[in-house]
Amino acid sequence: MIVDRIDEIISKYKNEEGVLIQLLLDIQREFSWIPKKAIKRISDTLKIPVSQIYRVASFYTALNLTKRGRHLIRVCVGTACYVRGGPRILDSIERILGVKDGETTSDEKFTLETVNCLGCCALGPVIEVDGQYHGKLSSANVEKIISGYS
Amino acid sequence: MNKLKSPSDLEKLRKDILTKRDPKRLAISVCVSTGCQALGAQKVLEAFKEEIRKHGLKGEVDIKETGCLGFCEKGPRVVIYPEEVFYFQVKPTDVPEIVSKTLINNEIVERLLYTDPTTGETTRHLSEIPFYKYQNRLLLGNNNKIDPKEIKDYIALGGYAALAKVLFQMTPEQVLEEIRKSKLRGRGGGGFPTHRKWESTRNAPGEPKYVIVNCDEGDPGAFMNRALMEGNPHSILEGLIIGAYAIGSHEGFNYVRQEYPLAVENMEIAIKQAENIGLLGKDILGSGFDFEVKLHRGAGAFVSGESSALMTAIEGNVGEPRPKYVHTSEKGIWGKPSTLNNVETWANIPLIINNGAEWFASIGTAGSTGTKIFALAGKVNNTGLVEVPMGLTLRDIIYKVGGGIRNRKKFKGVQTGGPSGGVIPEQYLDSPVDFDELKKLGSMMGSGGMIVMDEDTCMVELARYFVNFLCDESCGKCVPCREGLKQARKILNGIVAGKGEEEDIKTLGEIAEVTSVSSLCALGTTSANPLLTTLRYFKDEYEAHIYEKRCPALMCKELISYYINPEKCQACMICFRNCPVDAVIGEKREIHVIDQSKCIKCGSCYDLCPPKFEAVTIMSGEPVPPPIPKEERLVKRVRKENPD
Ligand SMILES: Cc1cc2nc3c(=O)[nH]c(=O)nc-3n(C[C@H](O)[C@H](O)[C@H](O)COP(=O)(O)O)c2cc1C
Ligand code: FES
Repeated sequence: MIVDRIDEIISKYKNEEGVLIQLLLDIQREFSWIPKKAIKRISDTLKIPVSQIYRVASFYTALNLTKRGRHLIRVCVGTACYVRGGPRILDSIERILGVKDGETTSDEKFTLETVNCLGCCALGPVIEVDGQYHGKLSSANVEKIISGYS
Repeated sequence: MNKLKSPSDLEKLRKDILTKRDPKRLAISVCVSTGCQALGAQKVLEAFKEEIRKHGLKGEVDIKETGCLGFCEKGPRVVIYPEEVFYFQVKPTDVPEIVSKTLINNEIVERLLYTDPTTGETTRHLSEIPFYKYQNRLLLGNNNKIDPKEIKDYIALGGYAALAKVLFQMTPEQVLEEIRKSKLRGRGGGGFPTHRKWESTRNAPGEPKYVIVNCDEGDPGAFMNRALMEGNPHSILEGLIIGAYAIGSHEGFNYVRQEYPLAVENMEIAIKQAENIGLLGKDILGSGFDFEVKLHRGAGAFVSGESSALMTAIEGNVGEPRPKYVHTSEKGIWGKPSTLNNVETWANIPLIINNGAEWFASIGTAGSTGTKIFALAGKVNNTGLVEVPMGLTLRDIIYKVGGGIRNRKKFKGVQTGGPSGGVIPEQYLDSPVDFDELKKLGSMMGSGGMIVMDEDTCMVELARYFVNFLCDESCGKCVPCREGLKQARKILNGIVAGKGEEEDIKTLGEIAEVTSVSSLCALGTTSANPLLTTLRYFKDEYEAHIYEKRCPALMCKELISYYINPEKCQACMICFRNCPVDAVIGEKREIHVIDQSKCIKCGSCYDLCPPKFEAVTIMSGEPVPPPIPKEERLVKRVRKENPD
């Protein structure tokens, strides 16, 4: 099943040059991480060394080599959010979930990540949960937002 | 749709679109760019659709989903046409009233208009709002009239006319000459003259030649490029095609960071629509000129926005910079001549062609022409995107456009140029903002991030933040940047934790000097700016941290304590209930005390203590007074003078 889907994504890029990053982004979008299996398939099909794929996948923040929780919380720690209290929002979320930046809760419900800017700097501090943006946050309403996800 | 085969086909299409449009027709435009989305614009949009349906107005009212107008602070933003009434901070519950009053009866809903915070007067028109009054929105001004997913909207406003003009009335040399005369400088950071880059790629040996749009926008705290790409993607495409024609390129790339999904989506659609209509691809408008564009998503690395790194990424490799003994304009992607320009640089091109180089050069200052979009953020009242002529002073941008500092706090500094820019203090607020002036102050224009800080921001912590950011983002290829930043981070971490030592300031200065002259790419060479500017302008703060173990801005966690003033505490239990670690000791009618050994300094007590009590204070550099004895804690209620 998974392998079929992986092959399907790879086949889109078969005869093109310089596709590795785009391909990995597609895999990431589909599975929300880059499974080992996918790396093996890409390497076999496109004849790219596994080491090179790991190098790319580990360089970029948008690519993940570990499985992620059902919901992805991205906390902006960009400068604009930072001066308006972003670090305290991060502290609160870490405390509420009991995980640190980059980790997944033991029930696999949430993965917590930090990002450098979500592009809504005017509304800082900002977090994004599963693609939904929440702006002008305070420690108090963060708890409410998180409890809204099951 | 049929392909356009000549400039007159394009003109005919434009006229057709316009004649089919009734200028008196009712229309609603809702900003659906990311900023307004974060404030609930989608729900407002849905409410409009529902309300229009309920009133049976479906065929009579257009609903437009448009891009950002910049005033993100007051989103979601809605405009009602044909009267052009601007409403701000619209909630879904306001929608029925807007429809029944404004749309059907042409009445204004006063409370949703912009209200001037000082005079209390309301206004319906953008031009009267101070935030807009001082702007000159050449690039962003059309965002409320364009549905970015609809090429016809762009064409209706005269879009692609500049392209037609270039292809049929100008030689590539004439285009280059026009850009030279306009004195346009790159908006991506360095302010490099655009025509020089174009010429160098044009004249470099080797085929094919490439043109590239840089929408990596990795500068945290900046979103100008996002607004352009989300809101008016065709203006960028048109500029790119014109550049390709001048340079002699037939293949282009649009590099967009994947953190901007809407920008990616809108650009993808724009490319498709332009292809379908014959504005991209083979024989554009019947001119014989071929050009195609591919979209490349960036995977999130600040350094990948650097020109050689970005080109390496397009080749499919890890986006790291390489030494540039030969400029990328001569040897770029796959070793071929490549011109890379920022989104905003490209978007200026059609304006220059349409209005002429003299017109463009008359805006701004002698050395920096045109307008510049800034992302005004941080502790300023009107946050958002502002587009102003080059040369406006920092003070005008922050106080006139930005409406001054939030909560009546004192201004401390403004960071321009992103993580590798510098902090500019109060005494230079009257400096005009252009490429050269900012450089003189030790900062830079960068891509246009402008983050305002007040007295509550600690400058040492800020320097630590930037150094930490750059250290994380350094690709690690060259030693000065990789090791220098690491050592600087270690020292700064020590200072903010109260472990600073006397020689730290000197060592930091030395590190900054070495990285700034010997790093491989501009990430390293400019990384010294935040250090050097904070050291130059805010040395007293470093000294307070090092010698007195005190953080004057009361920000550095290790150096502050929260304390409840027993004279002021009214035992309201709010901090007691909200402390996440139960560090507040207290009961009803008993003055609260913080158990310092338990306190994690999260600041909830400080935030939540009602302003009428102001009992929680932050202390730094002095010992916290011991808790008052239990028997003295019974609260003496202050009599309420004002029952509400
Ligand atoms: C670390 C680093 C990051 C950069 N990031 C960006 C970016 O996100 N967007 C951008 O347009 N330019 C960025 N630049 C500048 C580019 O290298 C390049 O100068 C610019 O895209 C050229 O366009 P312009 O001539 O139109 O300014 C960055 C440079 C460095 C050193
Ligand atoms: S800095 Fe947080 S969204 Fe840009």
